[in-house]
Amino acid sequence: MAVALILVLVAIGSVAFHLFSPWWWTPIASNWRYIDTTIIITFWITGVVFVAVVVFMAYCVFRFRHRPGQQAIYEPENRRLEGWLTVVTAVGVAAMLAPGLFVWNQFITVPEDATDVEIVGQQWQWSFRLPGPDGKLGTSDARAIGPDNPLGINRDDSNSKDDIVIEGGELHLPIGKPVKALLRSVDVIHDFFLPELRTKMDMVPGQISYVWFTPTRTGTFDILCAELCGVGHFQMRGTVVVQEQSDYQAWLQEQTARKFARLAPTE
Amino acid sequence: MVDVPLGPGTIIPAEIEDVELYHPKSWVTKYVFSQDAKVIAVQYAIVALSVGVVALVLSWLMRLQLGFPGVFSFIDANAYYQFITMHGMMMVVYVLTALFLGGFGNYLIPLMIGARDMVFPYVNMLSFWIYFLAVLVLVASFFAPGGPTGAGWTLYPPQAILSGTPGGQDWGIILMLVSLMIFIIGFTMGGLNYVVTVLQARTRGMTLMRMPLTVWGIFTASFMALLAFPALFVGCVMMLFDRALGTSFFVPSIVEMGQPLDRSGGSPLLFQHLFWFFGHPEVYIVALPAFGIVSDLISTHARRNIFGYRMMVWALLAIGALSFVVWAHHMYVSGMNPSFGFFFATTTLIIAIPTAIKVYNWILTLWRGDIHLTVPMLFALAFIITFVNGGLTGLFLGNVVVDVPLSDTMFVVAHFHMVMGVAPILVIFGAIYHWYPKVTGRMLNDTLGKLHFWVTFLGAYAIFFPMHYLGLMGVPRRYYEIGEMSFVPPSAHTLNAFITIVALVVGATQMVFVFNLIWSLRHGRVAGGNPWRATTLEWQTPETPPPHGNWGKEQPVVYRWAYDYNVPGAEQDFIPQNQPATNTLPLMGLAHA
Amino acid sequence: MLSILVFLGLLAVIAAWWLAKQGIASKPWMEQGVAYDTREFSPAPSPAKIGFGVFLAVVGTLFALFISAYAMRMQLPDWRAPPIPQVVWLNTIMLILSSVALQGARTAARRDDADALKIGLAAGGLAALAFLSGQLLAWRQLMAEGYWLATNSADAFFYILTGVHGIHLLGGLIALASTGSQAWRGTPPQRLLLSVDLCATYWHFLLLVWLILLSVLIGWAGEVAAICRQLLT
Ligand code: HEM
Ligand SMILES: [Cu+2]
Ligand SMILES: [Cu+2]
Repeated sequence: MAVALILVLVAIGSVAFHLFSPWWWTPIASNWRYIDTTIIITFWITGVVFVAVVVFMAYCVFRFRHRPGQQAIYEPENRRLEGWLTVVTAVGVAAMLAPGLFVWNQFITVPEDATDVEIVGQQWQWSFRLPGPDGKLGTSDARAIGPDNPLGINRDDSNSKDDIVIEGGELHLPIGKPVKALLRSVDVIHDFFLPELRTKMDMVPGQISYVWFTPTRTGTFDILCAELCGVGHFQMRGTVVVQEQSDYQAWLQEQTARKFARLAPTE
Repeated sequence: MVDVPLGPGTIIPAEIEDVELYHPKSWVTKYVFSQDAKVIAVQYAIVALSVGVVALVLSWLMRLQLGFPGVFSFIDANAYYQFITMHGMMMVVYVLTALFLGGFGNYLIPLMIGARDMVFPYVNMLSFWIYFLAVLVLVASFFAPGGPTGAGWTLYPPQAILSGTPGGQDWGIILMLVSLMIFIIGFTMGGLNYVVTVLQARTRGMTLMRMPLTVWGIFTASFMALLAFPALFVGCVMMLFDRALGTSFFVPSIVEMGQPLDRSGGSPLLFQHLFWFFGHPEVYIVALPAFGIVSDLISTHARRNIFGYRMMVWALLAIGALSFVVWAHHMYVSGMNPSFGFFFATTTLIIAIPTAIKVYNWILTLWRGDIHLTVPMLFALAFIITFVNGGLTGLFLGNVVVDVPLSDTMFVVAHFHMVMGVAPILVIFGAIYHWYPKVTGRMLNDTLGKLHFWVTFLGAYAIFFPMHYLGLMGVPRRYYEIGEMSFVPPSAHTLNAFITIVALVVGATQMVFVFNLIWSLRHGRVAGGNPWRATTLEWQTPETPPPHGNWGKEQPVVYRWAYDYNVPGAEQDFIPQNQPATNTLPLMGLAHA
Repeated sequence: MLSILVFLGLLAVIAAWWLAKQGIASKPWMEQGVAYDTREFSPAPSPAKIGFGVFLAVVGTLFALFISAYAMRMQLPDWRAPPIPQVVWLNTIMLILSSVALQGARTAARRDDADALKIGLAAGGLAALAFLSGQLLAWRQLMAEGYWLATNSADAFFYILTGVHGIHLLGGLIALASTGSQAWRGTPPQRLLLSVDLCATYWHFLLLVWLILLSVLIGWAGEVAAICRQLLT
């Protein structure tokens, strides 16, 4: 009796926690609404299954608990029932997988008009590089890294001349424009994680990975590192500021001016 | 159906005469360097449970830091990452794998298939001592200069072997890799034994399809482990070369703390492929024995044949095979070619189908049963709940695009603790309550058992269920402290404190269990040979606890499958597997068959 | 990871074939009595043989994984395969001879011919030792030419693959030595049949592994794979 009741309470408690607790995802700030939709579909399907299984168990425990004279039936199998259950499960799984794969296809297909932005991870800070007026990022190589070139940018590449480097600061992005983030690391594996933008991808030394998104809400968002990268892992924070186009242009002007101001004395 | 008499020329399979066994002569050969699988099993269990206590204490320390950041000054970030790593690796490899295969495998395989011992007893003994050596090397890293490695249990290079990680340029990582390699060698010896014993030493009449599901589970898992651990071995060898001899298997040209390293071209992803080629099957290496054991617990204590035995066997085999083609679901956001995601998401979600079938069959076994709510049964029921919960969240993480916001967050931590931490541990507890009477001849105390059960089950659920929502919010895993995150409300810190307190209570309750284990050794109720009135062979031994050689003069002969409970027309509500066939056909009730 | 998947696929086929013979689709609750045990009619092989078979599967997995790792690492741009020292060809011949000699020992043991058995075992052991020393020579040549372990991953792989193969052969040599010493102490060949059998099988297996490794190291395996890929597309 008590056992059956507690089992039911576990199911009810879980659902109640899901519905009423204050802990839920942060409001989305990018185009990946579909990811949230897929999660909701999955919550529904799995929630129903979970409750059904637990309640069924509780019922059995209550109804078929041992009492004097209670006898179990002898039924080794029931092919038809098992067949049906398999089919229903397969349908449920397909109902989750299909939207998932559909969205994944969008997730890895970068739109033509996305602007490149380079994100560089290093123990334990973030740096960014914007392509500048030519719209192209210069190449890079970890072997070129030195005190005057902390990101290992290939200075011989003419595309790199007008690149704008932002070290350890915050990255500004214009609202509503797709961004292709090119991810690179100069030491160990890091991970570019923006919870509010539902964006996450590892940055692996020796290769360039990518992820794309379109910011849909202005504001300031945390960048977290989501791949253990040493003792400072939890302190590796950065900021993305999503702005209206005009504010963004002003910021960009300022960065460009700063770059040339820095270059002026040597030239 | 009547017993068919043996014709001339029939061969009796692998019956080792009792006299041929090497019976121990002294205390040392009986209890220390013993070749008796049952003693080796207890040795494995004691060492694994001790490692488990260490790992549990580490989890307390981690939880203290997460629940009350800054209060405990002796836990700095360095120590925290070392605790995480050692806790994870110990729990997965040195506790669960060793306990299920080395502990339960050794004890149950020979008894359940009616053999006198493992086929290679000497190798079996070596296997345990090599495991013990691996544990010593692992523990030694706590005392080595620089302490143990803090690379996370996944040991991803390059950080695992660089100075930014605790133990990366000290002894920690080297001892970890060496210990794993020793473990794998020892395990391979044990695993060969388990597999060959099942293949070769089954007693007369014990066909594959008459084996209890426990044996099926351990057998399949051992096979998988034999084929999966080499991947970890290869990864360890190559990483050891990278760390100690300057090769560049996994290290590309990078800088270490501002200084360029003299390496080039290596591929960090190569290690991840090797690691998860082992790592995913490892999940099932832990799960399949639990599946098998729980099937037998449910069947025995619900006094009803396991529902859909054949499906259960096929599902085990299907899961075992499929689990070798899903490994990259741990790498969706690793920077590998993203189009692999389609393939691996599909295979991963396909595995859900045989797994779901197993769950259905467990709960259908309860249907119209005669359910005795004994302590092992309670643990089995709790296993189903936690396993279903963890399995369902696996559908989130396996579905590639959903994994993007959730991977590497506390959601993952909650998921795998539910499915491969709590669920198998509950089975281990249930199994210990179930088989302790066979091992010692005495029952464990029931009241203490129920106390232990309720606190552990409800507590563990309260620890890990809310944790999913921290991850959903975006709190990453392996964070020494959350600190300032704009999207994390202050209430999340309260939740973290709550989780920590429950974890401490659950941990402390395990002492009740340890006390019960020791106290009942002397004071427990005398069990008799078959206290649960079970059908399988281990309960039919002439003596309890069974002596070396298990069966006295004659090995048992098997006449039926392992699940003849409440057979219509039978005198008792169970028929042991070695009870000869009678003319009363129990098949009348088989309307559906 | 292709080579490991192919290898495991092969194992899966063997397992499926074996399981199919075990009545995996039967309904055990319908069958009572000992008679349903197929082993009543065809006995299982000895534990040593089954154990040995499983062991070979594990060793095969290990090598298939190394080859997989090799194939993945090879595709990166810094890869510079070292020249294969000429002595390796001589070594290959030695290993073939060793295998042949042990095959001879096996037939001798079957015929109960103690002298031929001793000769076979000794010749096999010596040829295997020659193979191993030849491999060491190959290492020294490579080092002399400046291909050190840490020079390039291709070099490191050469040392690791040959090294792991050599260690396995060395392990075999220990078993062979113990069998040989028994033969010399006059144990009748019939009683040694099992160990000689296992040694010979192990040698053939390691020869096969070596030939595959050699073709991988030289690059033939890569070319074959490329041709297959072209045929498929
Ligand atoms: C009540 C018992 C347990 C508690 C309170 C506990 C707690 C924790 C905590 C706090 C973490 C670190 C989470 C993070 O910040 O990333 C962790 C990690 C982990 N735990 Fe447990 N744990 C328990 C039992 C287990 C068991 C039984 C297993 C066996 C599978 C296990 C396996 C792991 C693994 C694999 C990790 C990941 C380590 C890593 O990130 O490298 N834990 N656990
Ligand atoms: Cu980082
Ligand atoms: Cu997995």
